[in-house]
Amino acid sequence: MSTVVTPEPGTRPETSLADQLRGRSLPAGAARVVVGVALATAVLAYVVGASPVQAVLLAWVVTLALPVWSYAVEGRRKAVDRLVTVLVSSAFVLALFPLASILWTVISKGAPVLSAEFFTYSMRNVVGEGGGIYHALIGTLLITGAATVISVPIGLLTAIYLVEYGAGGRMARWIRFLVDVMTGIPSIVAGLFAYALFVLFFGEGVRMGIGGSVALSVLMVPVVVRSCEEMLKLVPNELREASYALGVPKWRTITKVVLPTSLAGIVTGITLAIARVIGETAPLLIIAGMTDSVNFNLFDGRMATLPVFAYTSIRNPGVPPEFALERAWGAALVLLIIVMLLNLAARLVSYFFSPKGER
Amino acid sequence: MAKSIDVSDLNIYYGDFLAVEDVTIDIPARSVTAFIGPSGCGKSTFLRSLNRMHEVIPNARVEGKVLIDGQDLYGDEMDPVNVRRTIGMVFQRPNPFPTMSIYDNVIAGQKLNSKRMKKADSDAIVERSLRRAGLWAEVKDRLNRPGSSLSGGQQQRLCIARAISVEPEVLLMDEPCSALDPISTSAIEDLIHELKSEYTIVIVTHNMQQAARVSDDTAFFNLSGVGKPGRLVETGRTEKIFSNPEDPATEAYIQGRFG
Amino acid sequence: MTTTPTPRRPRGVRRAGDQVFRGLSTGASLLILLVLAGVAVFLTVEGIPGITADPQDVKSGESFLPFVAPLVFGTLLSALLALIISLPLSVGVALFISHYAPRRLGAALGYVIDLLAAVPSVVYGAWGIAVLAGWLAPAYAWLETHLGFIPLFAGPASATGRTIMTVGVVLALMILPIMTAICREIFLQTPRLHQEAALALGATRWEVARMAIFPYARSGIVSAAMLGLGRALGETMAVAMVLSASGVVTFNLISSTNPSTIAANIALSFGEASGLTVNALIASGLVLFVITFVVNFTARAIVDRRKDFSGAN
Repeated sequence: MSTVVTPEPGTRPETSLADQLRGRSLPAGAARVVVGVALATAVLAYVVGASPVQAVLLAWVVTLALPVWSYAVEGRRKAVDRLVTVLVSSAFVLALFPLASILWTVISKGAPVLSAEFFTYSMRNVVGEGGGIYHALIGTLLITGAATVISVPIGLLTAIYLVEYGAGGRMARWIRFLVDVMTGIPSIVAGLFAYALFVLFFGEGVRMGIGGSVALSVLMVPVVVRSCEEMLKLVPNELREASYALGVPKWRTITKVVLPTSLAGIVTGITLAIARVIGETAPLLIIAGMTDSVNFNLFDGRMATLPVFAYTSIRNPGVPPEFALERAWGAALVLLIIVMLLNLAARLVSYFFSPKGER
Repeated sequence: MAKSIDVSDLNIYYGDFLAVEDVTIDIPARSVTAFIGPSGCGKSTFLRSLNRMHEVIPNARVEGKVLIDGQDLYGDEMDPVNVRRTIGMVFQRPNPFPTMSIYDNVIAGQKLNSKRMKKADSDAIVERSLRRAGLWAEVKDRLNRPGSSLSGGQQQRLCIARAISVEPEVLLMDEPCSALDPISTSAIEDLIHELKSEYTIVIVTHNMQQAARVSDDTAFFNLSGVGKPGRLVETGRTEKIFSNPEDPATEAYIQGRFG
Repeated sequence: MTTTPTPRRPRGVRRAGDQVFRGLSTGASLLILLVLAGVAVFLTVEGIPGITADPQDVKSGESFLPFVAPLVFGTLLSALLALIISLPLSVGVALFISHYAPRRLGAALGYVIDLLAAVPSVVYGAWGIAVLAGWLAPAYAWLETHLGFIPLFAGPASATGRTIMTVGVVLALMILPIMTAICREIFLQTPRLHQEAALALGATRWEVARMAIFPYARSGIVSAAMLGLGRALGETMAVAMVLSASGVVTFNLISSTNPSTIAANIALSFGEASGLTVNALIASGLVLFVITFVVNFTARAIVDRRKDFSGAN
């Protein structure tokens, strides 16, 4: 009974069934022991004076002892399996490592800068120390807010078209496909598009907050469409039918039954879409530009935003550079906190406000 | 209220596919008519064509006439929305609106159409509908709880209350008990008995005993063959269909030899 | 045929709401198509003067093709580097989340990886300069001494670490979440039956992955890679910040003279640009748009075709 995928030719020993079933394998805690030894080696190396990168590398090499050990005891197939397990797990750790480093860097460099002054002062007439991100915060909120106001109706109505009106049709398939393709438009191209559009009306060198909103909308609409579409699809057809059977026209069915039922999901999707564009730098650099003063008017002149503020502070820190760099890290931290809060809010909304009592 | 339905030479298509062929049947007012037949024979499709619900599926269309009180439902100037308000429907699985309370579910027909009405009026409609659906005693103290907090059988009676709150003439029921336990089923059957004094009721069921218990007339649908359209085999008083059917296929189905 | 049904209510009045709403939602979808077309049209309209411009009127002092060619090279090089680093990593991470980590942990770990997507690109750029470049600089020195005979590592190694290789690593991190998410989804969709069939044959976990998961997921992995590539091609700020670019064409990955990318070049020069230089930059943006559009179009077409197949299961 060759129930093994790749029987190693000629190696099947004459053993009892019990032995055959049990097989030869490493002791139960083997993997844990090896990982423990690897961690201990890393800590030791770090204490002795290796850099963090070297220590991690060393630990990884030690973990490779597991497949080698396995090869000696369990044979080739299990050794390969264990090797892959080690590789796949280390891929995950390797991906987490930069994330942890990014969070740590931004928090440790940015946190000391945060103060009441930092949030309430602009950079107007500030040279060197002091000043803050008030103007950039206002700009980010206004531009992202306007982008949301533009994107949500378009995105939601398109999603409604895709699910309720166009369903299955050729046109809907094409729109869905092109919306997917649109999610891949580079942000800088969206910025150039907004610039090219506004140049037609306002002439060369135009800089305007609302242009930034238009650029962000180009990036945001596809995300809103796709997430809203998924949510609308989740609404059971039975509810639509129940409403039709009561003599409710289709558009009222959509606005009063379908949308309320999927509201939590839609809010979640929109929040995530906002989180995605609020950190965009490139398009705003192009069309909204940068300024040191507060500007409340989306339709008039340059407008500072958090990401562009962080970028320009790093790019042109001035003399002496350390104050601008500090502010850049502060702005980066604030931006990161906003994005994380939006992500958290989105998850909470979908967790708490989804229709309850489903059977 | 309560009107009879006269169907003549009705063909139902999905695109080019003929799903139900050439049905002619008179459904009397103030009585219960049961549609029975094997799965896929088109009885649900036919039921849904009686209030134009099948139009929800793209490309679905019909030929022929469905007259209610002498008016053709498929006449040019008929509005399917109004048709559905006149001919209510209860579905296979209870489907209360999850975002609405029990109260709002009952009044949904009015509310979703943004009909303005006084609180006293809507209270009256809710109480009357729930009473007629036999649910009032069970829910009168928790009208503001979500409709989905009820048990399956209660939810189905809530859906019946919702359907009758818009004062339809006819009530179509598409296997209303197939998702319910025997006790809830019996409650719904009792309810059907009471409702037939006021409404014309058409019920699709897979359960032969149920058809025998609740209906006055029975119509047997069958497929003419694999890949062929469903058709109406015979119709008549329930006692007759069950004791002395004319068509051998009907007899075979009722005796449980297929289906 | 002579029955004249009396209308209960005129049809038009009743359906007005429906007509309006249907019109609105159809209009919104058409508007999106219009915007997509608009992106191409406006970039073309504003870009053509830049393509035909006299070299003397443009800041680069070159006609369009010599101006954009090195940028295209740098764009492709950095994106390919990112893909080469990110693809095995994201397949590994996705496999870890979908099949190796405990089931309950899987979703949570997925969120953690998604956090990488939430980090704004300007933060990646700042981190790339401040931390990553410093980590990698010694590695470049080592590569130059020991593997310098390979043209890729010919050096002289950059002391700051702000090389195209570093950019590749940063981009790899940035495209990791989307690639992981797609791979993970497809791995999870692998029919249980195939996997159980493999297990029943006595396969180890890795053999299950090789026999049942990868063949099923191949086209999904390809499209994930292409979507990641598309992202990497268009990424701007991280490149603009990290790279110390000099516009050369070279495969030397670790030196301090690096090719720039289209997107980074636009971001860096747009602020001070004027006249036809702006048009030239917009034209280079058009080139970038066309490249990413083709890549994304192909990737999505692969995904869509796959959907048609899996629908049968």
